[in-house]
Amino acid sequence: MSEIILNPKVQPQVPLEAQNVTPDMFAGKSIDEIKNIEIWFGNEQVSLSEFFDVEGESADNASEIKIIIDGDVDNTKRIGQGMTAGEIVIKGNTSMYVGSEMEGGKITVEGDAGPWAGRDMKGGELTIMGDAGDYIGSSYRGDWRGMSGGVLTVYGNAGNEIAEYMLGGKLVVKGNVRIMPGVHMNGGTLIIGGDVIARTGGEMKGGTIVVKGIIDEFLPGFEFLGVEKDIEIDGELLEGNYFKFKGDNATKGAGGIIYAATKGNAHIAP
Amino acid sequence: MELVKNVVCPFCGTLCDDIVCKVENNEIVGTINACRIGHSKFVHTEGAMRWKKPMIRQGDEFVETTYDDAIEKAAHVLADAKRPLMYGWSCTDCDAQAVGVELAEETGAVIDNTASVCHGPSVLALQDVGYPICTFGEVKNRADVVVYWGCNPMHAHPRHLSRNVFSRGFFRERGRADRTLVVVDPRKSDSSKLADVHLQLDFDKDYELLDAIRTVVRGKDILYDEVAGIPREQIYEVAEVLKNAQFGILFFGMGITHSRGKHRNIDTAICLVQELNDYSKWTLIPMRGHYNVTGFNQVCTWESGYPYCVDFSTGEPRYNPGETGANDLLQNKEADAMMVIASDPGAHFPQNAIMRMAEIPVIAIEPHRTPTTEMADVIIPPAIVGMEAEGTAYRMEGVPIRMRKVVDSDLLTDKQILERIRDRVKELQASK
Repeated sequence: MSEIILNPKVQPQVPLEAQNVTPDMFAGKSIDEIKNIEIWFGNEQVSLSEFFDVEGESADNASEIKIIIDGDVDNTKRIGQGMTAGEIVIKGNTSMYVGSEMEGGKITVEGDAGPWAGRDMKGGELTIMGDAGDYIGSSYRGDWRGMSGGVLTVYGNAGNEIAEYMLGGKLVVKGNVRIMPGVHMNGGTLIIGGDVIARTGGEMKGGTIVVKGIIDEFLPGFEFLGVEKDIEIDGELLEGNYFKFKGDNATKGAGGIIYAATKGNAHIAP
Repeated sequence: MELVKNVVCPFCGTLCDDIVCKVENNEIVGTINACRIGHSKFVHTEGAMRWKKPMIRQGDEFVETTYDDAIEKAAHVLADAKRPLMYGWSCTDCDAQAVGVELAEETGAVIDNTASVCHGPSVLALQDVGYPICTFGEVKNRADVVVYWGCNPMHAHPRHLSRNVFSRGFFRERGRADRTLVVVDPRKSDSSKLADVHLQLDFDKDYELLDAIRTVVRGKDILYDEVAGIPREQIYEVAEVLKNAQFGILFFGMGITHSRGKHRNIDTAICLVQELNDYSKWTLIPMRGHYNVTGFNQVCTWESGYPYCVDFSTGEPRYNPGETGANDLLQNKEADAMMVIASDPGAHFPQNAIMRMAEIPVIAIEPHRTPTTEMADVIIPPAIVGMEAEGTAYRMEGVPIRMRKVVDSDLLTDKQILERIRDRVKELQASK
C-alpha cells in the first residue's frame, strides 16, 4: 500500500472543507498534482498545499492508497466523504462529516470527531478512537433514509440523535450517549456500551438497539417482552440478562427491538 | 387627526389586519383594535430611540454619515469576508428578503433568519414528517377542539385567542362555548386559566407525553402509570377528547420547540396530528413570533430550495442547521463578518455568540437603538415596513398579507438599502 502523508499546517478559524481528501480523488495523481487538489476555505477554493504539506507515494488504484493525516485537523470538515476504497488515518481530532456517505474502505480517527461522522454511510469501516459528536450515522436533514451499511465504531462517548433514521449496518458506541439514540430507526444494529440519558429508540419502527449501561428515562410507548439471557446480535454473543422491549408503539407498524441490561435498569421495567 | 383604517400590525405572526391608526402631523399617535404590544410598536413606546441617519463607528463613538458611505463600507465588509453571515430578516417584507437571498448568493454567505432560535425546529420536523396545516379562517369557522401546546398566547400573541377561540364562526355560532380549549404547559399561565383542560406536564417531558398520547390513540397500552407527571387515566381522557373532535387544531410554541429534544418534539406532535386524522379532522399551526418570520422561510425556499440556515459558500445552496445556523457559525467562530437586519441578536443570543459578534465586523440595518447596534460597525436605518413603507408579509400559517404604509419617511426602505449594497458588491466582485 502506498502511503501519502498530509502534515497539517496551521488550522484557520474559518473552516476548511476537504471532501477531496479521499483515496478515490488521489488515485492516479502524482504528489505534485495532489498538492494542487482544491479544498474549500470559506467561500473560496485553495490548493491543498496551502494548509497541508504533502509527501509520500501515490498509486493508480484507490484501494492501494493510505492517506495519513499527521496531526489535529480540528477545523477541517468532510474528510473521506463518499470514499469507496483505500484507507485514511487521522492522527488527531477532526471536524464534522468525517466519512459521511462513505461506501467502502477504512477511516480511523485517533482523536475526536465532530457531528455527522458517517452520515448516510453505505459501507466500509469508520473507527473513532475518541469521542464523537451528535448525529453520527444519521441521515441528511429531511431524509428518512439514514446509514444503510458499514460499521461505525466509537470508543469514547457520542452525542444526541445518533443512528437517526438508520436503515442498516452496525453502529457501536463503547461510551455514553445523550438523548434519542436510534430515533426513527428502521433497521440495522445500534450497540451502546455505556449509559443513555433518555428516549432510546423514539419512534423506531425496526432494527435493534442494545444498551449495556443505564437508561435514565425510558419511553412509555414500548411493550415489555420479558427478560432474555445471553443474547445474540449480528452473530455476536452478548452475555448477561437483558430486558426486551418492542416498539415504539406510538408509530404505525412498530417492530423495533430494544435490549437493556437488567443491571441498573430495574426502574424502566414495568 | 386622521384615522387610517385596515392597517396590518407589524408585530407578531398573527398579523391582525383590522387596526385603525390615529395620525397627527405625519406621526402615529394612537391605535384602535391593536393589542398592547402592537400599540407600542405603532406609537414607539417611551424610551425607544430611532436612528435618523446612518452611523459609522470610529473608535468608541458613532459618527453620523451618509447612506452612500455606509453602504460602501457595508459592501466592502461583505465582499472581503470569507464566511459572512446574514442574519435576521423576520421584521421586514418579502421583497427585501428576496434581495437578501440574492446578496447572500453574490457574497458566498450563510443566510439565516430568526427561525433558527424560534420555530426552526418546527421547520426541521415538517421536512421529516410533513405539515398538515390550515388557515385561521378554518379554525374560527370549524374548530371545536383547540390545543395550545407550549405557548402562552395571552401574553405573546394577545389577540390570538380572541380571533380563533372566543370568536363566533360559521359552524361555531356560540364561539367559545362551542369549543374545548386544551392548554399544555408546565406552568400556570394566563392562557391556562382559560382552558377546559390544563395538562400541567413536567418540564422537558413533551416528547414522553406525546409518545404516550400517540400510543393510546393507536389503541395500545402504555408502560407506566404516570408519564411526564400526568396520570394514565388523564392521558386516556385527553386521547378521547382529541379523537372525538369534529375539527381539531394544535397551536404550538417555544415551550415545545425549545424544550429538550427540540425538533423531535414537533416531529412527534405532527405525527400525532396525522394519526388523529384516522378518527377526525386535525390540523396544526405553529405560533410564529415575528410578523414575517414565516415569509422569510417561504422566500428563502422558493429562491434556494431551503427555508433557513442556507450556506452559499461553494456557490450552490447547502443546508444543515447545527452547522450553518447563525449560532453555530458564531459559537464555532466560523463567521468572519455579520450583517444583521430586522432583528436583535445582540439582545437574544447566548454569550458565546455575542462574544464572536464583538470580534468581527457587524453591519446593522436597524431602525432603533438596540444591543445589536451597540456592537455594530455600521448602522443603516431603514423605514419601518407596515408603518412607513408597504410590503408583503406571511401570517403564521402561510397566508400572504399586504402591509400598508401609514406615514411618510425620508429613510430608504430595507429593500432599497439591500439593492444598493448588492449592486456595489457586484461591482467589487467584478473588479477582483
